[in-house]
Amino acid sequence: MFTTDLLRQLDKIAGQYEQKQAALLPVLHAIQEKEGLISPESEQDVSRYLGIPVVHVHEAVSFYHLFHQTKKGKCHFSVCQTTSCALLGGEDIIEHLKTRLGIKSGETTPDGKFSLSVVECLGACELAPMMQYNKEYRGFLNKKKIDELIDKNK
Amino acid sequence: MEKVLTRNFGLENSHRLETYLKNKGYQAARKALTKMTGPQVIDEIKKSNLRGLGGAGFPTGMKWGFIPQANPKPKYLVVNGDEGEPGTFKDKYIFEKDPHALLEGIIITCYAIASHKAYVYVRGEYVKSMQTLQAAIDEANSSGYLGKGIMGTTFDLDVVVHPGAGAYICGEETALLESLEGKKGFPRLKPPFPAVVGLFGCPTVINNVETLSCVGPIIANGGEWFAKLGSPKNGGNRLFCVSGHVNKPGVYELPNGITLRAIIYEHAGGIPNGRKLKAVIPGGISAPVLTADEIDVKMDFDSLKAIGSMAGSGGIIVMDDTTDMVWAAMVAARFFAHESCGQCSPCREGSGWVYNNLKKLYQGGARPHDLANLPGIIGNIGGNTICAFGDAVTMSVGSYVSKFREEFENKIKERVCRI
Repeated sequence: MFTTDLLRQLDKIAGQYEQKQAALLPVLHAIQEKEGLISPESEQDVSRYLGIPVVHVHEAVSFYHLFHQTKKGKCHFSVCQTTSCALLGGEDIIEHLKTRLGIKSGETTPDGKFSLSVVECLGACELAPMMQYNKEYRGFLNKKKIDELIDKNK
Repeated sequence: MEKVLTRNFGLENSHRLETYLKNKGYQAARKALTKMTGPQVIDEIKKSNLRGLGGAGFPTGMKWGFIPQANPKPKYLVVNGDEGEPGTFKDKYIFEKDPHALLEGIIITCYAIASHKAYVYVRGEYVKSMQTLQAAIDEANSSGYLGKGIMGTTFDLDVVVHPGAGAYICGEETALLESLEGKKGFPRLKPPFPAVVGLFGCPTVINNVETLSCVGPIIANGGEWFAKLGSPKNGGNRLFCVSGHVNKPGVYELPNGITLRAIIYEHAGGIPNGRKLKAVIPGGISAPVLTADEIDVKMDFDSLKAIGSMAGSGGIIVMDDTTDMVWAAMVAARFFAHESCGQCSPCREGSGWVYNNLKKLYQGGARPHDLANLPGIIGNIGGNTICAFGDAVTMSVGSYVSKFREEFENKIKERVCRI
């Protein structure tokens, strides 16, 4: 069940749209921001709130890659592997992160501190090789920068 | 050269209303709302030769003219700020450095098509862009530039920021509409076109962020002024995004019709480490790749089309002579396979096959027929899908295979699987 505060926030979002279902993505973003993931229970709640079948909510959660069905670590590295970043060493950055963290793309370290996602273009090719670190963009990556970030958050 | 789109980028606090107003901000909107009719605004945009700068290059004024004014349903403007095309990062700069220029373009466009509601669909990862834009909307609302009775007129307009959630296909205009309606981003069959049946079944104009940011200066200075800045049928300047193997990656505002050579060598600083140019993608990853001896092409929609590529989103990706073109094709194919929405079988299955074939060719384990089959697989995707994504796979990957054929054949010779 949504808290009163969250419900107030969702009502404000939904009020911007002519049809309530249109608020689905911003509503899911707001819930994930608060809870760190979209759980099956949240899908049920959203379904009731927007008056749409739960399968439609689940379809959206599984279609859009920014929605998570499991919690991400405190530090979430989303590293770009598309052309501009790949040309400038993005694939090496990804391999280095896999080695340093001991996890594959889509996984989280057992202590819950770090998650790794290998993603397609983030729209910041001028910063290549780059990644999204939680919500921030970090560019001109090299192994030293990655190591410093990991060591600081260990 | 006269800067249009980046005229305010270098100003301190360029994203704030106060700065925008000090630099003639919202005067064009005032002119449109108080001295022009909607059809007059549309005529001025037609005169300017402004074309859709998201990638399609469709004439903007003509698109606005398709909105049926006799239709009693509400009309909508949807701003495409999904910016997912690899190599492209211009809209982010507009959102963060000059959001009021976008808002002024939105006001004038909505006035022209008699719309009172605009949704700005921003890619979900662009958190800072959304925050900056929302702050600009709040400033505009509280100062009478948005909301009820804009600038003392009877025109009302509400602008809403809508976050995407990480799906390339939502940059395709009908997939964007589905997504905005709270569904999976599956492209719609056309016709009907969005101008007739768009958002919530109502007449809708969908324009890119950069396109709309040109509208204010066009109304302020006249359509003919803008048309003269560019090349024939391609009015104005563009934001070219340059990345990859160049000394100075970044966004450059330059006139339509400048050569690709000038962009790479005069503006982006040339190729680093004394290397030579090998290949360039001129308009985002979907655009067919060009070889080093094709870079004297003029960078506008018609000139690039004439040599078998496209201006697309203005995203230029430069590759030096160390680049393995089989690898580059594989990286592009990996993107397409990952981002196919899955609605049409030829694209869903074909993009995966293309990627797997190229992966085998690059990593080893391919057999001669894997290369021989590639054109057939690619050919079965293009033209057989609802949206242009399938064509992008076909044109992009096909260009690597045809222009760098020898590298593909050598890879087969070097790494062939003999089982």
